[in-house]
Amino acid sequence: MQQMQKKLIIASSPHIRDSVTTRRIMQEVCLALAPAGIAGIVYFGVDALKLILISVCTCVLTEYLYQRLMNQKVTAGDWSAVVTGLLIAYNVPASAPWWIPVVGGVFAILLVKQLFGGIGSNFANPALTARAVLFISWGSIMGSYPVTRYMEDAVSSATPLALLQQDPSQVSVWTLLIGNHGGVLGETCAIALILGGVYLIIRGIADWRIPVSFICTAFVCFLLQGGFDLALKEVLAGGLLLGAFFMATDYVTTPTSVPGRFIMGAGCGLLLFLIRAFANYPEGCSFAILFMNVMTPMIDRFTMPKYFGEVKKHG
Amino acid sequence: MFKPRLFPGGVHPHEGVNGKEVNKGNAIRELPAPERVVIPLSQHIGAPAKPVVAKGDHVLMGQVIAEAGGFVSAPVHSSVSGTVAEISTVKLCNGNETQAITIVNDFKDEWVELHPAEHPETLSQAELQSIVRGAGIVGMGGATFPTAVKLTPASGKVIEKFILNGAECEPYLTADHRLMLEKPVQIIDGLRLMMLSFGVKEAVIGIEDNKKDAIAAMKAACRDVEGIRVQALPVRYPQGGEKQLIYAITRREVPAGGLPIDVGCVVCNVGTVYAIQQAIREGKPLVQRVVTAGGLMNNPGNYLVRVGTRVRSLIEACGGVKPEVRQLVNGGPMMGVAFNDVDAPITKGTSGILALGPEAIDPPEGPCIRCGRCMRHCPMKLLPVHMDQNVRDENYEEAERLGIMSCIECGACTYVCPAKRMLTQSFRMGKKVIAARQRAAKEIAQKAQEELKKEQEAAGKEAK
Repeated sequence: MQQMQKKLIIASSPHIRDSVTTRRIMQEVCLALAPAGIAGIVYFGVDALKLILISVCTCVLTEYLYQRLMNQKVTAGDWSAVVTGLLIAYNVPASAPWWIPVVGGVFAILLVKQLFGGIGSNFANPALTARAVLFISWGSIMGSYPVTRYMEDAVSSATPLALLQQDPSQVSVWTLLIGNHGGVLGETCAIALILGGVYLIIRGIADWRIPVSFICTAFVCFLLQGGFDLALKEVLAGGLLLGAFFMATDYVTTPTSVPGRFIMGAGCGLLLFLIRAFANYPEGCSFAILFMNVMTPMIDRFTMPKYFGEVKKHG
Repeated sequence: MFKPRLFPGGVHPHEGVNGKEVNKGNAIRELPAPERVVIPLSQHIGAPAKPVVAKGDHVLMGQVIAEAGGFVSAPVHSSVSGTVAEISTVKLCNGNETQAITIVNDFKDEWVELHPAEHPETLSQAELQSIVRGAGIVGMGGATFPTAVKLTPASGKVIEKFILNGAECEPYLTADHRLMLEKPVQIIDGLRLMMLSFGVKEAVIGIEDNKKDAIAAMKAACRDVEGIRVQALPVRYPQGGEKQLIYAITRREVPAGGLPIDVGCVVCNVGTVYAIQQAIREGKPLVQRVVTAGGLMNNPGNYLVRVGTRVRSLIEACGGVKPEVRQLVNGGPMMGVAFNDVDAPITKGTSGILALGPEAIDPPEGPCIRCGRCMRHCPMKLLPVHMDQNVRDENYEEAERLGIMSCIECGACTYVCPAKRMLTQSFRMGKKVIAARQRAAKEIAQKAQEELKKEQEAAGKEAK
């Protein structure tokens, strides 16, 4: 008994913890992202695989080196950099040169994530910010989409998004679902993205409120603009699903309250519609989410819920 | 009629080895009285009891050895017959030091003369309160608030409903479960006597529906009693939290900083009501209680333990602990207090003694990833992530505005946090600082008022 007593530790309750860890959550996100990556490799070949690997390695290495150099606790093993790496790769066309994901990865991890304090402290989604910077800096590389290995005619190498706003009937729903069309490497296959997204929601990792309100808002807007056919195809095309399931649900840069999450999703959907339908860019997903990222502190502030038993103060 | 409605948030903690599943089948066994009992004078919230015996005195079982030290206090009785050996300072499981009376057991178990109530069904409120106070009964779920005080509502407040807490939502603990199985008639009887005395027409017994046998037993016991019903509740921690239980059963929200009586309810643990019944019918004071010995004990069980028995005796009765034990907990794993002295005595509030393994070691804290799990699981609908940030920044005003004082320290947020942040610990500290500041502010205000009064008096004199 005495020996046992010596080993005893004193700590504040609770004395037991759930098995979920940050690392575990990030691994699950990676798992959920896997189908879309596999689809990308199937359609765009080794180029896609190469970019994915380069991107992930760049992100993890940047995080590791920065933390070592700054004498910080190394958290590069928490898989969050892997998620960022995957998302960056999924957002570039498979024809991009190798240095594109390198620049993107370093930018995302170093400037957006680490310099703002590391995981949990960044103001905007690192992968999305990197994509926006790459898109603005190297527009011709980022905007030219290779044809997939199974495409019958080169005509449809124009992205479905560009075609949709001209005439929705040029694109078939089936093509969009299976992803046999031009686009960045991880966004084309709607089925793979929905599969991964639903997995995240079922596992309780992503809050359904954001993707559902995002997709529904966008759908309704396009419905009003051009009818059911357009709305359905707009939702399945471009980066909407990738954004709604995997980027707009990033914990750090989205509101924490329940109404706040609906506002986040609806705001993304509305902005995406406005950009796609009326602005110069064919795609508005990243900018829509980035804008809402920046709005997050304000949304949180105005949607603070009442706590249990809270008494309204008078006067 | 009513559908049970879950309180917001909550968690479903996993059970370790020898958890509820193992222990709920173990009938209550009496732990033999030890050679010496060490009976603390502060086993309740409020003023410590004042000793009324001296070294060398012979005492009987159930004899008052210390009387209540104030209104919010409770007397303490001897749990054995024997001789007072010493009155000394001891350390309790919760780390507090208090005076305690050590009595050497003569193993005769001679009871003091007991006075069962003569007319138990027509007790006035004052009579019932006096019986409960005299028997030294305190909240036996672990809060240890003197029950007589709870049963003395402030003027203008009326008890509409008694709610019996049989939720026992903490993992591992099975003491209440066994008591409901083995003493349902007595519990219902106690409740009925309380209702008669207070003129309360309605009482609800809330039991989590992972205790189907206890629900059946209690239902059978109250079948012929008017006004009492058993409410099966979804399994969710902290279902046994007073405010959560009231909400689940009545859908009334106890206002922040308020008491259950503010919504017409009084909540009692089933163990407390059993003790009340024993006090009324048998005249017995609270000198023993059911304690779950669980976790990494070699032979876990539920024991009827004399107050003042050292934890050591209980562990020995369980055949010792397994070698991988790293923590002893007084209470449940979510809200219990870790301790490391097996010579600490078991008190009126000890619902369980648990031995936990390496899982009790706090994992390293990581940075918050703002996943919002803590908010979703907070049964008080608070915002742990924001409160924690403000406490760590020493921005206590903002933490207070966010409702930190309403935190019930249930530990749900810390339990679910993937970054393993010590949220509950942070709130405990923040609450202490805020409470200290509030007290200091009050004192300053009082002093200022006194000075003002003096000045006014002085001015008045001068004017004359």
